[in-house]
Amino acid sequence: MLRRALKFAGIALLGAAAFGQEGRIGKPAGEDKIKAMDITVFPDGRGLPAGSGTAAKGKDIFKAKCAVCHNDQGQGREGQYPALVGGKGTLNTPKPVKTVGSYWPYATTVFDYIRRAMPYDQPGTLQADEIYSVVGFVLNANGIVGENDEMNATTLPKVKMPNRDGFVPDARPDVKAKR
Amino acid sequence: MKEKDPSRRSLLSLGAGLATLTACNTAKQETPSLLGTPPSKYGARSPHEAAARAVPPESKTPSTGASRTPLQDTYGIITPSSLHFERHHAGVPDIDPATHELLIHGLVEQPLVYTLADLKRFPSASRIHFVECSGNGRSEYSGNLAPDPQQSHGLASCSEWTGVPVKLLLAEAKVKPAGKWVIAEGGDACRLTRSIPIAKLMDDAMIVFGQNGEPIRPEQGYPMRLLLPGWEGNTNIKWLRRLNVADGPAMTTHETAFYTDLMPDGKARQFSFELEAKSVITRPAGGQKMPGGAGTYEITGLAWSGRGKIQRVEVSVDGKTWKEAELQQAGFTKAFTRFRMPWTWDGGPATLQSRATDDTGYLQASADEMLAVRGRNYSYHNNQIKVWYVRADGSVSHVAQGA
Repeated sequence: MLRRALKFAGIALLGAAAFGQEGRIGKPAGEDKIKAMDITVFPDGRGLPAGSGTAAKGKDIFKAKCAVCHNDQGQGREGQYPALVGGKGTLNTPKPVKTVGSYWPYATTVFDYIRRAMPYDQPGTLQADEIYSVVGFVLNANGIVGENDEMNATTLPKVKMPNRDGFVPDARPDVKAKR
Repeated sequence: MKEKDPSRRSLLSLGAGLATLTACNTAKQETPSLLGTPPSKYGARSPHEAAARAVPPESKTPSTGASRTPLQDTYGIITPSSLHFERHHAGVPDIDPATHELLIHGLVEQPLVYTLADLKRFPSASRIHFVECSGNGRSEYSGNLAPDPQQSHGLASCSEWTGVPVKLLLAEAKVKPAGKWVIAEGGDACRLTRSIPIAKLMDDAMIVFGQNGEPIRPEQGYPMRLLLPGWEGNTNIKWLRRLNVADGPAMTTHETAFYTDLMPDGKARQFSFELEAKSVITRPAGGQKMPGGAGTYEITGLAWSGRGKIQRVEVSVDGKTWKEAELQQAGFTKAFTRFRMPWTWDGGPATLQSRATDDTGYLQASADEMLAVRGRNYSYHNNQIKVWYVRADGSVSHVAQGA
């Protein structure tokens, strides 16, 4: 009788484990781990790190780290490496030129992309101050911010990009084929 | 008695059998037989076969680029893992599966980490799905027609994928009501990131570690990738390291600057996830030659839809009338479907094209019909009808004779 009761209790415990917290397969992630891995930047500025920079400070960094592909003023090279400046007013023409200045809707994305992916052959090597400065340089080259405007976690989300309202939701299925 | 030994008895009878054979077959073989190679640990294809991915021309940034599947050289619906197309933006990372971790955090009750070994403890699922880069067929919008199926449609492949439904992991982390999007991040050098509506992750999304019966290839995201059946390839984050549950999209580079489509008025469509129904004839197709003169041939190709199952494929050999092709295997959703149609070639010029209908009733459109709505600046998500021209000399081309 006692044995039977113990057995029953055991089964009940197993059942609870399968559906309760004890049955969970993932291991709790601590704040430290999340902090170390989380580099998401949102368009409202959440996720931007401390630090600051200006276009003036970014000029030399850009020349040293970015110009080999994007050219001294971000105009691109050889048709192979993308231009970061120019193209305003071309999006509805037969030759649209999509650059940070003409196409990108959020300045926060420029910071996020440089931090993740640039320089192409050494991603993840720039410090926050350097990134803010390079962002300032690229935005200044497009006439969007001043040479000495401070770029930081507060000011960057407030930058109004020229093509901020240039995007519309997916409208497909949009083509009705004739049978 | 020694004869009771069964092995001895069978040896004796084998000897008798051989003797009979020898008696019946006294002539020598035409050529002496060569002993074959012994068993091997990991098989390789026949040295007589050479189908290969098409790799991009040399570049100063070789780690960003794509290789294309030779669709014209594949049979059935499964793409060999070694020939699955590649598209990556910062090269293929070398990731140690023993130390790789997937972090789920953000708007969840309990942030969690998973190792590959953890994922394998969940009830797994295996499903056949295509993966397609939304840039597949991109040059066709501009009228720059690709010369063969590999160049026109080779940024699509189909595998059997094995993994865990993402919803099981999200259930463990317990998503908060405000969690509407998930920012998915890869472990490649550029930490490629896309924002995904959470509804897709609660639907048929998987985190996969298996491809065609073995661990997924490094080019496909080893040791784990996100698989979003039917959605543009770029969102199927490879080398998956992080899922950040959020209240809105992060507006990353690859969902703003790229993978968006300019309309004629200069506005760009954004978050175009689903891949619409598409098909291509893979034989006879551009770059090939009809192996004989007039006579009987088989027209075959592949069709797929990101919205569901392929319901019908029609083929035209005269540029005007359509005939329903046979579907080899209907029934898999968001997967390649092989179609076939016998064709008697009269030896003259012919115009071959296929069009797919999926189970939402959507019918694949012609290039002209698409251009009329989208214009030439649209760059991704091109599913227009592909046309091949058979010439009297048997060569097959992407352009009409004299064009």
